Amino acid sequence: MSEEAYKRVRTARNNDRPTGQDYIRNIFKGFIEFHGDRRYADDPAVIGGIARLDGTPVTVIAIEKGHTAKERTFRNFGAPNPEGYRKALRLMEQAEKFGRPVICFIDTSGAFCGIGAEERGQGQAIAENLMRMSTLCVPVISILIGEGGSGGALALAVADRVWMLRNAVYSVISPEGCASILWKDPEKAETAAASLKLTAEDALSLGVIERILSEKEIGTNAFYDRIRGLLKEETDALAQDADLVGKRYERFRKIGAGAVMKETI
Amino acid sequence: MNQLEEGGRSSAPVQRDAGEPEKKCPNCRKEIPLSRLWANDLVCPCGYHFRMKARQRIQMIADRGSFRELFSSMASDNPLNFPGYREKIETVRAASGEREAVVCGTAAIGKQKCCLFVMESYFMMGSMGSAVGEKITSLFEYAVQFRLPVVGFTVSGGARMQEGLLSLMQMAKTSAAVKRHSDAGLLYVAVLTDPTTGGVTASFAMEADIILAEPGATVGFAGARVIEQTTKKALPEGFQTAEFVLEHGFVDSIVPRPGQKKYLAEILKLHNGGTAG
Repeated sequence: MSEEAYKRVRTARNNDRPTGQDYIRNIFKGFIEFHGDRRYADDPAVIGGIARLDGTPVTVIAIEKGHTAKERTFRNFGAPNPEGYRKALRLMEQAEKFGRPVICFIDTSGAFCGIGAEERGQGQAIAENLMRMSTLCVPVISILIGEGGSGGALALAVADRVWMLRNAVYSVISPEGCASILWKDPEKAETAAASLKLTAEDALSLGVIERILSEKEIGTNAFYDRIRGLLKEETDALAQDADLVGKRYERFRKIGAGAVMKETI
Repeated sequence: MNQLEEGGRSSAPVQRDAGEPEKKCPNCRKEIPLSRLWANDLVCPCGYHFRMKARQRIQMIADRGSFRELFSSMASDNPLNFPGYREKIETVRAASGEREAVVCGTAAIGKQKCCLFVMESYFMMGSMGSAVGEKITSLFEYAVQFRLPVVGFTVSGGARMQEGLLSLMQMAKTSAAVKRHSDAGLLYVAVLTDPTTGGVTASFAMEADIILAEPGATVGFAGARVIEQTTKKALPEGFQTAEFVLEHGFVDSIVPRPGQKKYLAEILKLHNGGTAG
């Protein structure tokens, strides 16, 4: 049981898994990448632009880890700086203006922990995304494809639908970080992984996600075709909903409410 | 636990004799008589701000007798059956006298009515789990319903690990509630106190219309030790202090504790009691 959760963490981190770019390239047609946050820089850890989903224009945003050592260094191992979150938000505002659905692919160990990131307001950048995404009038679907590391992942996941690949993980802290803070022992990461309830099944049962995506034939055309079909179906359905913002509010509003005792003990 | 840490609910300081307890200031290293600290809102004559319990702060900031607590029964109940959490929370409840890491209610500050939340550093370092998220969210919803401004004092080590993903989701939930309050044209003023970090910085602490901080408070997202380990660089002097975030443009002003009440009352007045228009 406890082995299984940590096994998922290791699988989610595997360099051979498809990365954000692979999903963009194989699911959409004619992706046009747009760079920069218009405030400070372009963050290579976040890729964004517009593309066609079965003919429909959509805004696509992905956290990219890269495959080779060189790519991974260039992408900062998929750990975004504030510029990455601000670029994502800029593209979402653009999607809002032109009425395009937003589709996000998330794969990060977390927002980058660096001196510059703090100087440029990592916390503020994430907070602004959380706030603004809660009232976007266009459909938003976020898919966790590998690691879903804390606030750095959530900053692209205030969505109408959040899906997870079977072996993706979603957690408030890394199991190693949790073990070292709570038990002063990073070796207890396995226990921490199980306790944190970070697997796709856990997230589904906690009401944090709506759907688990099978990893059958992962990386093949059949795999991407299946995800494209689901995305198309869901964006079309969401686009018909006149109360997307209200429902998105309720979606998050209810999470954890059941975990709170309201009577006096 | 010394007297200072236990404090919070008692009223004005009493005259003490020569043998009265003292507390050493980590900044000037002097031994300061507790009565003197109490009389000065737990600020050392050198300017160092000691941590303050939530109820003591409410006493300092709200007009006498004006505070009405809301949602006081809400508390977390180990939703993930996280090992050791129930024991931990029971110990903390007994030691702190609080049920959760935030106290919410309505109050008047210089006769200006508002919703007030004050996080509690003596309760698991103000960490945000389901109950903290639910209380903050409920307070902003209450403020929308009754068209009130919100004044909030943050102190937090971040999201509460023991509630896993449920804690993480409180960042989104509280942010959405702040947004609704903001879109209703209502004022939100946050005062960041030592320390304000992690998931609270990355949600409602940084979402206020006006963001203030106490002198010397640690304000940041990632932990300093983690940053040092990740970057293998020495951190600059004064990194992640209130002064640092002011210099980098992320807070409006640093307001020392003794002037906070007057400052907040004036801000509230300038916004027609916080209800723009």
